[in-house]
Amino acid sequence: MKSKKDQTAFHLMLAPSMIFLIIFSFIPMFGIVMAFQNYIPAKGIMGSSWVGLDNFKFMLQIPDSKQIFANTIIIAVWKIIVGTIVSIVFALLLNEIRVRFAKRFMQTVVYLPNFLSWAILATVVMNIFSFEGPVNAVLSWFGIDPILFMASNTWFRSMLVFTDVWKGFGYGSIIYLASLTAIDPGLYEAASIDGANRFKKLWYVTLPGLMPTILLVTTLNLPNVLNAGFDQIFNLYNPLVYQTADIIDTYVYRVGLVERQYSLGTAVGLLRSVVGIILILSANKLAQKLTDYRIF
Amino acid sequence: MSPIYAHTVKSRIADVIIWVLLLAFTLSCLIPLVNLVAISFSDNAAASANMVSIFPVNPTFSSYEKLLSDTQFWRSFMISVERVVLGLLNMVLMILTAYPLSKSSKQFRGQKIYMNLVIFAMLFSGGLIPTFMVVKELHLLDSIWALILPGAVPIGNVILLMNAFRAVPKSLEEAAKIDGASQWRILARIYLPVVKPTLATVALFTIVGHWNDYFGALVYISKTMNYPLQTYIQQLSVEVQNITDPEKLMELAKISNKTLNAAKIVVSTLPLLLIYPFMQKYFVSGIVVGSVKE
Repeated sequence: MKSKKDQTAFHLMLAPSMIFLIIFSFIPMFGIVMAFQNYIPAKGIMGSSWVGLDNFKFMLQIPDSKQIFANTIIIAVWKIIVGTIVSIVFALLLNEIRVRFAKRFMQTVVYLPNFLSWAILATVVMNIFSFEGPVNAVLSWFGIDPILFMASNTWFRSMLVFTDVWKGFGYGSIIYLASLTAIDPGLYEAASIDGANRFKKLWYVTLPGLMPTILLVTTLNLPNVLNAGFDQIFNLYNPLVYQTADIIDTYVYRVGLVERQYSLGTAVGLLRSVVGIILILSANKLAQKLTDYRIF
Repeated sequence: MSPIYAHTVKSRIADVIIWVLLLAFTLSCLIPLVNLVAISFSDNAAASANMVSIFPVNPTFSSYEKLLSDTQFWRSFMISVERVVLGLLNMVLMILTAYPLSKSSKQFRGQKIYMNLVIFAMLFSGGLIPTFMVVKELHLLDSIWALILPGAVPIGNVILLMNAFRAVPKSLEEAAKIDGASQWRILARIYLPVVKPTLATVALFTIVGHWNDYFGALVYISKTMNYPLQTYIQQLSVEVQNITDPEKLMELAKISNKTLNAAKIVVSTLPLLLIYPFMQKYFVSGIVVGSVKE
């Protein structure tokens, strides 16, 4: 099996990407020391003074920090829960119809928003949720006063969850549709013979058949509780809603790159990525235990 | 496969409800986009007054005429095209990374070490700020390479390809080896043709990823002249982000040039819409293979 020529070929194939990984992944990792320094660009990493855990202590002291962590987790968890449910419901509904052309068409349409960027969709969303936009028009039919969604700390989070689910539910349903086709048709026939109606079949055959996939996807979503969706929030938020919508990632961007507090930004980023890794590794372990699936 | 339902009245009612719900889901995704197209073909007064639904009001091509002479838009458009082309060339690197990693450690002694390095790079990153500093030290700021090189090894795509290579029957490779073929040749002649669907999936992800990214340029490019299209579009709505007064937020919605912006968005989305139908069957199968691998 092994030949010297093959080994050399393999090493050569990997060489360029390893160089890229070293430059753009491994070298930046040393930049993490900035989190333990009072980094001053003019002095560089070598010249800046060490401050131990001061940046982390400072981070925990600022009143905003609790809010930012809470915002991140609340928004992310709601997105995961609602997104999963809507994707499953859509897949189940689509599974019930037999007109192939209609099925195709609907799939094509609902997958589409996932491929559009938030830079673009932000304009669409702001339009729809604007003071005189369609959503408020519909609300007025029911006698509800118009809401300034983009500036309301009561509504902004719900709007984020709603639009994020809207963008992703179709794409999220792909995996459920795939595992629906894998359910043994014999089970449905047996259920029919036993006199099960449509709803009973859904409850006793389809849902149990879907359970492993639901479990797996939910597990793999675990690390996403820290991922509240930078692109979406960054393109939609404004200082009026920082209180409910500022998340770790947007905070790191503003503090680190806009205000150039490199050390503080790096410290917050480091904390986030350490917790993130723990979550990814746990999800991988858990998924392996539950379903024999490995991410890597 | 198809559960056979008795055509009872109850079942008929259920069918109606199912169709209504599905239509609601589908229209919710379709209408906002149709509305955008309708706005782009309407006259500005009607659009500002929120009178446009899914058909243009007082149809006109004037925003598209204006857009044609907008040199910055087309400059940004071409930068995005260039970026996508470079991104596709970058797939060579992904393939060359994924192929050796797909081998067993028996066949390729270093496999485990490389694999661990790749996973480590996937899990842990220095973060935005240190990466920015490296790019700056390399004098890549303000060049298109700053948008390509830092992400030159997209690990998710590499893993997708790796799994596809692993699924190729070993017998194919062994037959070629007896004929004395080199690994380069085996990769090009045997493996690549077999994993075409996955290649198409990765190509789609690559195109969409590069075309849609606005953030890279925000960090690495300082001259707005050199912004790719999405960053250019993103800047159109950026004023909103600095507003601290609700009144102003409402005013801004009125004065902004709605029809021209809609036209810009429509044109910037068009390239994706054009490739989308061809790619759909691939990304569906690619994702399913990638995520529920046996």
